[in-house]
Amino acid sequence: MLENLRHLSRYRGLIQSLVARELKARYRGSVLGFFWSFFNPLLLLTVYTFVFAYVMPPAQLSEIPNFALFLFCGLLPWTWFQASLVESSNILISGGNLIKKVMFPAEILPIVTVLANLVHFLLGLPILVAFLIYFDAPLQVSELVWFPVVVLVQLLLSVSLALILSALTVHFRDIKDILANVMTLWFFATPIIYYWKFAPPRIRPFLNLNPFTHLAISYQQILYFPGGFEHWKWLLALGAGSFLLFLFAYFLFDRLRDTFAEEV
Amino acid sequence: MNAIEVVNVTKVYRRYARRKQFATLKSALLKGSLIQDLQPEETFPALQGVSFNVAAGRTCGVIGRNGSGKSTALKLVAGITKPTTGTVKVAGRISALIELGAGFHPEISGRENVFINGIMLGLTKREVARRFDEIVEFAEMQDFIDAPVKTYSSGMYMRLGFAVAIHVDPDVLLVDEVLAVGDEGFTHKCLDKFGEFKRRGKTILLVTHALSLVERFCDEALWLDSGKVRGAGDPKRVIGAYLIDVERSEERELARAEARAHDQMAKEDGVRGAGPRGPAAAGSGEQDPAYAPAAAGSGEQDPAYAPAAAGSGEQDPAYAPDGGVRLQPDRATEAAVEDMTQAVEGRWGSREIEITGVTLKGESGEAAHIFQSGERVSIHLGVRAHEPNNDFVFGIGLYSADGVTCYGTNTHLEDYRSDEIRGDGEVVLHIDSLDLVDGTYKLDVAVHKRDGYPYDYHRLLYTFRVKSRTKETGIYRPRHSWTFSPTVKLKKV
Repeated sequence: MLENLRHLSRYRGLIQSLVARELKARYRGSVLGFFWSFFNPLLLLTVYTFVFAYVMPPAQLSEIPNFALFLFCGLLPWTWFQASLVESSNILISGGNLIKKVMFPAEILPIVTVLANLVHFLLGLPILVAFLIYFDAPLQVSELVWFPVVVLVQLLLSVSLALILSALTVHFRDIKDILANVMTLWFFATPIIYYWKFAPPRIRPFLNLNPFTHLAISYQQILYFPGGFEHWKWLLALGAGSFLLFLFAYFLFDRLRDTFAEEV
Repeated sequence: MNAIEVVNVTKVYRRYARRKQFATLKSALLKGSLIQDLQPEETFPALQGVSFNVAAGRTCGVIGRNGSGKSTALKLVAGITKPTTGTVKVAGRISALIELGAGFHPEISGRENVFINGIMLGLTKREVARRFDEIVEFAEMQDFIDAPVKTYSSGMYMRLGFAVAIHVDPDVLLVDEVLAVGDEGFTHKCLDKFGEFKRRGKTILLVTHALSLVERFCDEALWLDSGKVRGAGDPKRVIGAYLIDVERSEERELARAEARAHDQMAKEDGVRGAGPRGPAAAGSGEQDPAYAPAAAGSGEQDPAYAPAAAGSGEQDPAYAPDGGVRLQPDRATEAAVEDMTQAVEGRWGSREIEITGVTLKGESGEAAHIFQSGERVSIHLGVRAHEPNNDFVFGIGLYSADGVTCYGTNTHLEDYRSDEIRGDGEVVLHIDSLDLVDGTYKLDVAVHKRDGYPYDYHRLLYTFRVKSRTKETGIYRPRHSWTFSPTVKLKKV
């Protein structure tokens, strides 16, 4: 396993070109091309802002002024997370040709999926920046340095889950169907459209068990809320947890690796 | 030094028979069988204790029947799958031509795919860039390299895949039956490229059914049979042994088919035995291919002897004087020529005289189903007359697999007048030289009255195969030789 992990660094070039290919191929043939990376989150944001700020505004709306900005801080990373997991759950099956016919390290496929979606996330950032400037968000440099850390933790968490899901879906094909629903549930179980402080105390502990809660809160504290980044302990704990999860995920993937060529 | 070392390798594939096809997570969780479902409950050994080495710079051809484990062996050497037990060692960079263009993305251009494919196969971006022009030229794709791959024809796709794989410059090249990629010209180019690899001291492992390629091209051959090594070494010797084995199993298969035909006949005989023999059974049923004057015009499915209907139905495989065994040549001309492709196999006739068995014998005198072109062959008919009889003709017809009459004759045509047949006997047709080209042939045998009334007619029930080292076309292979005047120079290879 460790040896395979070490080899992984050799495939940097391959991962790089596969991510580039993924991005190129996705918008090939569409009129707006790369601009979809901007428009998709923007459209999503419009829908949610419309629903939650105008159609059925939550009681605490006064506590979170500039609701659109608040929403965007959580929604953009969530889109990355969700797309990574949903796409990678099917990636070994759709990339079966590579696994069966070419000597190809299979873990590259889920990793590429997560990275390609990371690029989409990064391309969406300029819109976030525009929002931040427009709403005159209370940004501090001491907080902003944490931003890459949050992204890194999310990356680690996404890769770990993507490895597990992709490997298991080879054997249990219905994971990808279940996953679509699980992700919807997960979205509402995460304080993205609501302010975590207003969650009923009873469900707080459950909220804390959800790893993405801490990512969402981190993003919100860094970008949206005034005051310092108080959530850093949770974030570092999540980072450590994600690292352990990654080791487990890679171990599992490695154990199932030999079955891929026969099962996909 | 060995470039490829395979030591005592066994590869067991899992078969999941109980599960329909794929397990569902739901059922796994409900039954708590998550771990259990990941265990195979049935296994299938694709390779068992296979060992072989290929020395660096040698070309090795892997041959064997379908399902013998050739491709599995290649995948193990390529590292795509891992052996269940045993070890596989390969020295140097491998390029596997197993599926060409695997990993091409349809939406992006050929150019980008070449780069990604090259990197996938182990090149760096700069290395691909350096070889790019060469790759495109080899694939003959100059005009289309910037079009998306989804617009390519399958030939273009394969050519480009081949070109990339071959330009990876591997130390060990693995090839799985991929030469049928392009037109003749491209195939030659591929072979030239392989030749160049050989000259440059690269190792090639070639899986193919094209034995001539192995013979011409490989330094050694490996013969796999049901997952085991049956032979290894000099290609000529291994191929020879393999061909003998293939012939034997074909022989077995033909014998089995014939046994089935006999069983069928025995069954029909059982039915017949219940009723009175002969013309009286005429109307007994359409399934009864009996002599049935009364049913003569009744149905096309009734393969009965039907003088009145003789020329009436082409599908009537009865004694309609056909192009095959000309029972009565004068009538054959006026009859509709039967379409052999629609001819039905079977047996019919009144059985006053019966053909009890048909045996083909080759030069060795043993019963056989496979003969060399030009071999001395005899066709033995066991016959039995239930009553002494003086009006009988024996006939034989040879047909190619696509239904062309190769030859038909009978004793009447060859001016034998029947005097008497009594009890059991044997009729033998000696063919001094079976001058047919390579192929599968079918046999009609019959005994009938001089006017065509069939006693026992066996239609296309016997199959034999003719083998030839040369693959000429046609049916007839006359004894022949070539001579050339001194100004025309040819060399026998």
